[in-house]
Amino acid sequence: MAGADGDDSLYPIAVLIDELRNEDVQLRLNSIKKLSTIALALGVERTRTELLPFLTDTIYDEDEVLLALAEQLGNFTMLVGGPEYVHCLLPPLESLATVEETVVRDKAVESLRKISQEHSPVDLEVHFEPLVKRLASGDWFTSRTSACGLFSVCYPRVSSTVKAEIRQHFRTLCSDDTPMVRRAAASKLGEFAKVLELDYVKSDIISLFTALASDEQDSVRLLAVEACVSIATLLPQEDLETLVMPTLRQAAEDKSWRVRYMVADKFSELQKAVGPEITKNDLVPAFQNLLKDCEAEVRAAAANKVKEFCENLPEDNREQIIMTHILPCVKELVSDTNQHVKSALASVIMGLSTILGKENTIEHLLPLFLAQLKDECPEVRLNIISNLDCVNEVIGIRQLSQSLLPAIVELAEDAKWRVRLAIIEYMPLLAGQLGVEFFDEKLNTLCMAWLIDHVYAIREAATCNLMKLVEKFGAEWAQNTIVPKVLGMANDPNYLHRMTTLFCINALSEVCGQEITTKQMLPVVVKMASDQVANVRFNVAKSLQKIGPVLDNNALQTQVKPVLEQLKADSDMDVKYFAQEALTVLALA
Amino acid sequence: MSSAATTSPSVDKVDGFSRKSVRKAKQKRSQSSSQFRSQGKPIELTPLPLLKDVPAPEQPELFLKKLQQCCTVFDFMDTLSDLKMKEYKRSTLNELVDYVTVSRGYLTEQAYPEVVKMVSHNIFRTLPPSDSNEFDPEEDEPTLEASWPHLQLVYEFFIRFLESQEFQPSIAKKYIDQKFVLQLLELFDSEDPRERDYLKTVLHRIYGKFLGLRAFIRKQINNIFLRFVYETEHFNGVAELLEILGSIINGFALPLKAEHKQFLVKVLIPLHTVRSLSLFHAQLAYCIVQFLEKDPTLTEPVIRGLLKFWPKTCSQKEVMFLGELEEILDVIEPTQFVKIQEPLFKQISRCVSSPHFQVAERALYYWNNEYIMSLIEENSSVILPIMFANLYRISKEHWNPAIVALVYNVLKAFMEMNSTLFDELTASYKSDRQREKKKEKEREELWKKLEDLELKRGLRSDGIIPT
Repeated sequence: MAGADGDDSLYPIAVLIDELRNEDVQLRLNSIKKLSTIALALGVERTRTELLPFLTDTIYDEDEVLLALAEQLGNFTMLVGGPEYVHCLLPPLESLATVEETVVRDKAVESLRKISQEHSPVDLEVHFEPLVKRLASGDWFTSRTSACGLFSVCYPRVSSTVKAEIRQHFRTLCSDDTPMVRRAAASKLGEFAKVLELDYVKSDIISLFTALASDEQDSVRLLAVEACVSIATLLPQEDLETLVMPTLRQAAEDKSWRVRYMVADKFSELQKAVGPEITKNDLVPAFQNLLKDCEAEVRAAAANKVKEFCENLPEDNREQIIMTHILPCVKELVSDTNQHVKSALASVIMGLSTILGKENTIEHLLPLFLAQLKDECPEVRLNIISNLDCVNEVIGIRQLSQSLLPAIVELAEDAKWRVRLAIIEYMPLLAGQLGVEFFDEKLNTLCMAWLIDHVYAIREAATCNLMKLVEKFGAEWAQNTIVPKVLGMANDPNYLHRMTTLFCINALSEVCGQEITTKQMLPVVVKMASDQVANVRFNVAKSLQKIGPVLDNNALQTQVKPVLEQLKADSDMDVKYFAQEALTVLALA
Repeated sequence: MSSAATTSPSVDKVDGFSRKSVRKAKQKRSQSSSQFRSQGKPIELTPLPLLKDVPAPEQPELFLKKLQQCCTVFDFMDTLSDLKMKEYKRSTLNELVDYVTVSRGYLTEQAYPEVVKMVSHNIFRTLPPSDSNEFDPEEDEPTLEASWPHLQLVYEFFIRFLESQEFQPSIAKKYIDQKFVLQLLELFDSEDPRERDYLKTVLHRIYGKFLGLRAFIRKQINNIFLRFVYETEHFNGVAELLEILGSIINGFALPLKAEHKQFLVKVLIPLHTVRSLSLFHAQLAYCIVQFLEKDPTLTEPVIRGLLKFWPKTCSQKEVMFLGELEEILDVIEPTQFVKIQEPLFKQISRCVSSPHFQVAERALYYWNNEYIMSLIEENSSVILPIMFANLYRISKEHWNPAIVALVYNVLKAFMEMNSTLFDELTASYKSDRQREKKKEKEREELWKKLEDLELKRGLRSDGIIPT
């Protein structure tokens, strides 16, 4: 410490370390988060010789502090003097990688992976790889778990002898006697396979994969399914049948629903990885089984994949496969007993119409859409409505409009406000699909009714909806259909409705343009400035501020300014405040 | 335009229909194991004569046949299928339960594998999906196992079998092996409390009778707990497993093996971090106290562990921690107390000044505990300075009058214990606060300087200021 140089001597390490040892966790945490500042103050040499040993020795703290430390150290390379010295960071990170708390350990591994790239090949063998080995043969499961995530980053850059050792370590961890380590190994299997030479993939990885996929614990088996995707991508087509498929078939029929769920969840990736031939012969029947699975969880996961699976089928006999194998299962799912299954299906089923074309859609899919539009569960109906655009492209929405309308009306009046909110959000989309006439005739009343809903969130969404409709249909339409109704509410006895008028004006003025705003909206706002309710009055001030930019200078000076002046002298504090704010923003003060 | 953009709610937050909900199963009142694929075919069992109706020499043979019949498993979610056969199996199981309880000489060597096979076929199954995300065991009704009418009898039978006088572990260990135990432990995740209760008894009996499996059972319970703490936070049978462990710990020989100490520090203590602690806290605290009664030198690591995992935001858990700590203090040895009193009372001091009155109240109740009071009194010269500032402050500003009253009592107790020190602390209260403030200011300045330095360095390395 005595030999400190330059301005660094201003900051004796003791003071800084005191900060890192502060009794208050929050302060300690703050200090650790600014560890880079401390390192900077110390300079690279003292960071290496004093700060890092201190950190390594005192690793026993709150997990939150350790997490921050693990993260910081990943970005410390320059602060210890660049890649040449990066290995100094290994000891503290090694200790952090053995900590119990998963998030700390994961962060330490992440940082180790990051700085591994900054090691030269020599340093990697001299410093990094021995660390991985130590972790891999640690006593407590945490260090072995961490080791699993480090093999793949050093493997490509070490000599072949060291490579052989790494493979051996990975093999050992795959058959570790604690399931936690086996899970960690299984989850890194795909990643590790990617950096291995193809021969070793075939000789080593496949046997590990097969073993993990038949582990006694389903939590391990299901991770092997994930690895299956990467492994299948690496292997040449002719090897897939013998090396991968037996295991995949077994997973698709596993006695644990969690494993089957995983297969369903990864189905599209698996399909791409194994290619069209195997898809036709194996995956189609497997997919049928998953769609008919006894657990709703699995069916829902598979139902979610229906569209993607069909899309990726080989084009030459896609239609035939869908019509004879997939569609019958889909039909059954429409009347599934579980609402999550139905709603998963409803969120993708419309996508089939583009794949199957107009005739098939009308004949086979339309009845399903109609059935789902009448489903008892609002989520199912909503999912259908939210995807109408796919069908519109293929058969036009008119085919559906007869059933659509009752479904929309029912959702619009649903007792749950979240359901009402969801349907409001689809209104602009529906308006675009259905056209202005249909809209005026059937849906306009609904849109206006939402403005006086008793839930604020609905009124707010309804206001925003009006704006989007005007964007679609234009100012003239607004002037004829919605503006008069909105302005009419200004005389409503309920002050909440009067405020809604103001909120609508806020939303509509810009899309309606200067003329409508000045001639129709402004007089109403001005009149409301003498409302009895203070909340209405200060919202008048806010509205004036909002619509000000749309108005011309004349209107601002002759109409807006006097009103704001009047409100500025209001007896209510909030009214005064917002009037003043509007005057300032509009530069009328 | 801009107004609409700012006032419209974020769709993701307001929309109650995010995709995630797809994965949560709807709450059902009862559930069946996840093993039935639509079978369709009705099940036929050929009725056998009653055991008591055949001559004794023929009974073992018939017993085996009945066991084989009972391997057939029925689908209870379909309430209408196989009604007659379900009833037949139920009565057969009942008969088997009675038979193993009263009969003698039935347990031939051939019977063991058949019994284990029948039990395995019935109880070992993949548990169905649960609504772990939404399920609140304190509020919601547990989902019950649909096949309970049969399952209960199978468990009943198995327990009678294990408890039977004729039962010989030396033969049974060939069949009740590690794999069997592993599957049994997985069943503790069952949502049905009735099933977990039976499992508890079964595991207890197996632990008691199969010495060769003990270490394995403990290790697997370790794994279940570690997974529960660090991976899933979901496992229904934690309380039951802890209850078994409570009596296992009771039987540990002294001195404790390193394995057991490791279990305490690396598994039981971290269990305190789990969100659903309230569901098994009583059993956990019991295990901890058992350990400390066995070996008082473990007190320090245990209390340090609790302090490390002290709840930061959950007041309900904080109250539980305080309760457990009092249980520990009830059995603490004065020599151990001295070792941890400083960190311990720093935490208690924070609890006493908690704005949550239940936390403050629970901590202040320590002063009603005679044994704790005697410990505090012996060490008042250390404890009083730690506690004083917070007590003094909240006696003036806590919102809850009951807390203020309790704090007054505590202050009074301290004053009586050590009036000289008390007066000194009162006198220096103000200057101490000022010193703290000054220190705080110095810290801020230090950091400001450091940040300026960083800025300068940053500019320099960008080449703006030449080095």
